Amino acid sequence: MAGAATQVSLESAPRIMRLVAECSRSRARAGELRLPHGTVATPVFMPVGTQATMKGITTEQLDALGCRICLGNTYHLGLRPGPELIQKANGLHGFMNWPHNLLTDSGGFQMVSLVSLSEVTEEGVRFRSPYDGNETLLSPEKSVQIQNALGSDIIMQLDDVVSSTVTGPRVEEAMYRSIRWLDRCIAAHQRPDKQNLFAIIQGGLDADLRATCLEEMTKRDVPGFAIGGLSGGESKAQFWRMVALSTSRLPKDKPRYLMGVGYATDLVVCVALGCDMFDCVFPTRTARFGSALVPTGNLQLRKKVFEKDFGPIDPECTCPTCQNHSRAFLHALLHSDNTAALHHLTVHNIAYQLQLMSAVRTSIVEKRFPDFVRDFMGTMYGDPTLCPTWATDALASVGITLG
Amino acid sequence: MKLSLTKVVNGCRLGKIKNLGKTRDHTMDIPGCLLYTKTGSAPHLTHHTLRNIHGVPAMVQLTLSSLAEHHEVLTEYKEGVGKFIGMPESLLYCSLHDPVSPCPAGYVTNKSASVWGVSGRVEMTVSKFMAIQQALQPDWFQCLSDGEVSCKEATSIKRARKSVDRSLLFLDNCLRLQEESEVLQKSVIIGVIEGGDVMEERLRSARETAKRPVGGFLLDGFQGNPTTLETRLRLLSSVTAELPEDKPRLISGISRPDEVLECIERGVDLFESFFPYQVTERGCALTFSFDYQPNPEETLLQQNGTQEEIKCVDHMKKIETTGCNQEITSFEINLKEKKYQEDFNPLVRGCSCYCCKNHTRAYIHHLLVTNELLAGVLLMMHNFEHYFGFFHSIREALKSDKLAQLKELIHRQAS
Repeated sequence: MAGAATQVSLESAPRIMRLVAECSRSRARAGELRLPHGTVATPVFMPVGTQATMKGITTEQLDALGCRICLGNTYHLGLRPGPELIQKANGLHGFMNWPHNLLTDSGGFQMVSLVSLSEVTEEGVRFRSPYDGNETLLSPEKSVQIQNALGSDIIMQLDDVVSSTVTGPRVEEAMYRSIRWLDRCIAAHQRPDKQNLFAIIQGGLDADLRATCLEEMTKRDVPGFAIGGLSGGESKAQFWRMVALSTSRLPKDKPRYLMGVGYATDLVVCVALGCDMFDCVFPTRTARFGSALVPTGNLQLRKKVFEKDFGPIDPECTCPTCQNHSRAFLHALLHSDNTAALHHLTVHNIAYQLQLMSAVRTSIVEKRFPDFVRDFMGTMYGDPTLCPTWATDALASVGITLG
Repeated sequence: MKLSLTKVVNGCRLGKIKNLGKTRDHTMDIPGCLLYTKTGSAPHLTHHTLRNIHGVPAMVQLTLSSLAEHHEVLTEYKEGVGKFIGMPESLLYCSLHDPVSPCPAGYVTNKSASVWGVSGRVEMTVSKFMAIQQALQPDWFQCLSDGEVSCKEATSIKRARKSVDRSLLFLDNCLRLQEESEVLQKSVIIGVIEGGDVMEERLRSARETAKRPVGGFLLDGFQGNPTTLETRLRLLSSVTAELPEDKPRLISGISRPDEVLECIERGVDLFESFFPYQVTERGCALTFSFDYQPNPEETLLQQNGTQEEIKCVDHMKKIETTGCNQEITSFEINLKEKKYQEDFNPLVRGCSCYCCKNHTRAYIHHLLVTNELLAGVLLMMHNFEHYFGFFHSIREALKSDKLAQLKELIHRQAS
């Protein structure tokens, strides 16, 4: 059952992506996103600020780290404080006082993953609010309406999200429904000039379903595409194959947003596979557990081994945490009840992710991305050949050999 | 170090302490306060967010209770706690206890006193105490003392006498150890006045401590609830009368604006700034006015504001606050209240802090309702700046002989 193409916008969607450089071996690209709240260099990692806040760091600190786009979650914000209030506060930008770009998701993913009593029908996702017990229906129209009120620069279609570990007819049903919901979102979108609506490719781990979804959704002239339904419980071997399949069929002149990907190795590999944008709660969440990200992995700073380690987290890192504090001090602070410890690590981990993406981008522009990948894997795993099999295979599929 | 008084008005001392610190080129204003920290860091704040605050005091208060357990680390570090915590340029004062956490009683002996850290009790003899100070290398430190008297409700004369005897003994021993250490000589010992609520003992403590070569005095054991302070204020006047004019007087455990003014009038110079932290922890923002000479238009607006607040005070005090041991005072507003949900004003109109310049009451309310960490960060920034502004206004009022107006303004808001 193919999705009908009757509700497609007749106007051509803006080309928001400008390609600056392409790797001659792999599918890696460096580019620039031109968004209403400024330019964003790609590849880009977008930190997640779920409830109109980047956890314990101020928007000034986030800006100082060089972040130019971050995420807000429609599910959470739709419930608290609600779209009407945010609209009165001059949108999400005004409410949280963030001068740069915002991307909001549709609310669909949280709905299914956080709410035990949610029910998906053709209409939308019916659920019960955990805060006041009221029953609500999140339809494609409602999701777009909320995101219109939030005023984010990039908004996501409501998709029928199915866990990547699910198999059988439900996956196919969800894929076709996501296409129909995409059309409904496009029709409902009130502000295409101010907000860029992205489609989300579904199809689970089934190559045929994914290919069908790609073929249909790319007929719709949206400003960008996300690769969804991955980064769940699937094996990495299946994961990279679906990413590679998706990027091979997505238009080159539009951004590719891989949702939920954030581990350093995954970022580097998926850039090689042709992705431009990433988001993940991992760096900020792991910070709050006392874990600092470094080129060789991570440091669990609460551990006794750091008690007398008087160097910074990373001597090469330019973030304020590394400029001003030692591992030993952070260790001591983490064992106190002063929340400042968490904020120091949040700052560093965001800096790490952004510095990584920046280094990746520079290597693409300077035509040495494959060497960068080899160096990166060498640092992370001790030797490029010790890199996990899935990553080696994925890189090989786009012409990058390790070791 | 040199304390110069500009003037003394109604018992209030206005002046400067100069030649402070290892480099002898720092200055502090009195009356003033110290920056409150937990484990060497302002609560909730990193280097960046602390730097955003205007008027941060020159001297930082560290607590031995949070640092004693890191003795070994600091000894190996060698370069002093200031550098370790990332504040190499600040003046540092090390108190024994954290003014916010009450100390369990029954742990002071003739040979040792204890502090409580995250890992539990750290018992310190005089030599261990001085070894820790040698590792910390603060500019000032509170001498090991017996302050247990203030932990209990009623003091027996015997217990009060013991607190004075022990504290003097500790002091003499610490001074002797200091003489034998070049490193320790770079730090200034602050003598501690004890004696509970027994006038005779308080006077003895003051006179005897003043005979020793201490750099200043800590008035300990005056903290409690507002009613106990009233009785203790009389003691306070008598105590400070016995102390030399040219050495600073600190007081522990007193941080509320009204109580601060009462103590300044009785010869106290320096205070801890933990009150803004307590306000932050209960999700509140300081809003009391210290503008004792507003322009006529502002007066009208502010009066309406103040009346609004006063109307709400009784109502507010009845509201349940989660996880908060202290009552909300009339110096603050409770941002968790539903009425702030759509209030797009800053916390305090005209406030120049980062929070008021960038965010609204509605946003802070949202952060509190959703339990977000940023609430603590923003409230701490505002509350510290507001509080430091209050101290600035005290000095200005003293300068221009307007303290009576300021006192009346604060008293009006203290309900």
